[in-house]
Amino acid sequence: MANFTPVSAAIGGALIGLAAVLLMLFTGRIAGISGIAGGLFNPRTDDRLWRLAFIAGLIAAPLAAALLGHPVPMPQMPGSMITIAAAGLLVGFGTRLGNGCTSGHGICGIARLSPRSIVATVVFMVAAIIVVALTHHVIGG
Amino acid sequence: MPVLASLLCGFIFGSGLVISRMVQTTKVLGFLDVFGIPSGTWDPSLIVVMAAGLVVAGIGFALIRPRTPIFAPQSLWPSATDIDRPLITGAALFGIGWGLVGLCPGPAIADLATLSPGVFVFVIAMAIGMAAHDLWQARGARPIEQKLATAADG
Repeated sequence: MANFTPVSAAIGGALIGLAAVLLMLFTGRIAGISGIAGGLFNPRTDDRLWRLAFIAGLIAAPLAAALLGHPVPMPQMPGSMITIAAAGLLVGFGTRLGNGCTSGHGICGIARLSPRSIVATVVFMVAAIIVVALTHHVIGG
Repeated sequence: MPVLASLLCGFIFGSGLVISRMVQTTKVLGFLDVFGIPSGTWDPSLIVVMAAGLVVAGIGFALIRPRTPIFAPQSLWPSATDIDRPLITGAALFGIGWGLVGLCPGPAIADLATLSPGVFVFVIAMAIGMAAHDLWQARGARPIEQKLATAADG
């Protein structure tokens, strides 16, 4: 487990949990990124401002890290733009259909002990693990 | 004020993603690759991120649950309880996309700051997928307002 970084993971995870609690305390909203972002693309949404502000804060964090001398490197992405676009479509459509992602179900939902979120988290984790096993070891490996 | 509060919360959330390195697809895929368990390259960091987030959010939610939000008339706690087909299908589709690249919505949006062309393609496709879902729903029978009112589970 040479790549395991438990301390930074625990600090970062605690900050994510804190952000979720503060957003509920301040605005009464669940800090689910797919829900926050998804609301921007629905023509019937009339509360875009706080959504945009949250997303601006999200993007500001790596910029602040860069200013402090710790730039976030570009993430490693698959070579094929078609794979990237297909993955993006699946993530966008799937999170809206399933009403949440890693933050909304995985953190906020499980923290509320919601059975829906526990089931959703198990399903998306297992699906992702199978895809990684197939693409890294069966097809690509 | 609620907008400033949202900005601050987004920033704290993003800082958590940066510090935990969940903005790196290699960290996420290093967890999802269970073949790394026998070979010793498995990276359980994502579990620790989730566990720490759950402890803080679990205690915090329990403390603030009875309260009225500071800048809103009421809390929008999700009200859905049934484990239905859209939940399972949606989670499965999301999981497939997540496994293909190693990006979920939060890190994908935060990674826009790196100006990676691949991340821009991913986020644009994700936005199209979200909009496509809502268009599809609007044509069907399920009332979208009700879905938005509970702010989604996430």
